[in-house]
Amino acid sequence: MTSTVLTVATMGEAARAVAQGATFFGGGTIVMRDVNAGTAAASIVRTTDPSLKDIRISGDTVTLGAGVTMASVLANRDLEFLHPVARLVGGPQIRNMGTVGGNLFAPHPYGDFAVALLALGARVVMAGQGGARPIDDLLRDRSRSPGLVAAIEFARPRPGTFGFLKVSRIKPKGVSVLSVSALLPREGGRIRGARVAWGAMGAGPQRGSSAERALEGQSLNAETIGRAAATAAEGLNPATDAIATDWYRREVAGVHLKRMLEQMERG
Amino acid sequence: MMAKTPVNFTLNGNDRAAFAEDGQNLLEFLRRGVGDMSPKYGCGQGTCGACTVLVDGETHLSCLVLAETVDGKEVRTASGLSSPALDPLQTAFMEHFAAQCGYCTPGMLVSARALLDRNPRPSREEVIEAISGNLCRCTGYEPIIQAILAVAEGRARA
Repeated sequence: MTSTVLTVATMGEAARAVAQGATFFGGGTIVMRDVNAGTAAASIVRTTDPSLKDIRISGDTVTLGAGVTMASVLANRDLEFLHPVARLVGGPQIRNMGTVGGNLFAPHPYGDFAVALLALGARVVMAGQGGARPIDDLLRDRSRSPGLVAAIEFARPRPGTFGFLKVSRIKPKGVSVLSVSALLPREGGRIRGARVAWGAMGAGPQRGSSAERALEGQSLNAETIGRAAATAAEGLNPATDAIATDWYRREVAGVHLKRMLEQMERG
Repeated sequence: MMAKTPVNFTLNGNDRAAFAEDGQNLLEFLRRGVGDMSPKYGCGQGTCGACTVLVDGETHLSCLVLAETVDGKEVRTASGLSSPALDPLQTAFMEHFAAQCGYCTPGMLVSARALLDRNPRPSREEVIEAISGNLCRCTGYEPIIQAILAVAEGRARA
């Protein structure tokens, strides 16, 4: 089926079209595949609204327009903590095209940037709606057309509190066996408000509750890391695909969580 | 009737105008609508890199670009490299046997040219990174890496 493409000037107009059933076209790396295959929605909307590409940093708050590309993240020195994440998304061409907003909707096993945003406790600003909603909610609802994402905001993590690891069979460009990310703020040397997020360990990015429980209130040391790793796969239900079986993913989840946490411990 | 959108852009430095069909991708637009056959159709889903072109100086997968979005932009393809003489990269690819079936070569050349324009003296790791979005099923990549490094290090004939 051929899709009709509507180009509008503002996010507001685009949000109204999305509310009426149109698919939003951002960087093209997800939607255009469906267009090429003839499986895209009948109506597609895109916008030339420049706000979509804004990167705003105010104090410790970072706001990324949904249309900011991985390459733009990599070109911004103030976002250095996200460079190890953006660098591992696709190849150079995909990073020039793929957007932060689109990554929230990337199907398994893609969406590694969203995993980092989930760990960071980001909030998602929806076009035409007041306020921002937790990224956890958006990711849970993402298959149910939750509206149009305008921007993503989050607090810049303190040095040494944010970690990310992506495991691929092919380097430097390969899809995830799994990816894992953590935000471990400390108060008096103890972890307070631990957030662990997994990619490719379920239908979409999701929290690692068992690892968070093992880390919360503890010091980040070998004993804590061992306990978190031992229970890492609890509650996770990964898929079997061409990259790995569900058994393999569960089996190695703890190993890679441990490696990431040890790297964070070393600082 | 299917809508057509006028697209005015520059292709390899020359002003061009053509109509894009609704939902048409840039690869098909360039090949069928404009007649530039150098970008190749490989996978149609952004995996192989055979369709790589430059849009405003950045490498893009033309199969995933909506044709109408290049209106007002500058597009460069592998066919623009050899005007009038061969690009040093093309000579180096020949001298280093960096092509076998040749299907990936236009995309490889575009990715390599984008790298050298941005970073004339890349390291081996930077070369590998720059072509990581381009699949080659024949060469095992090593001759391609050597060809690009030869140009970067001034060992290739210009």
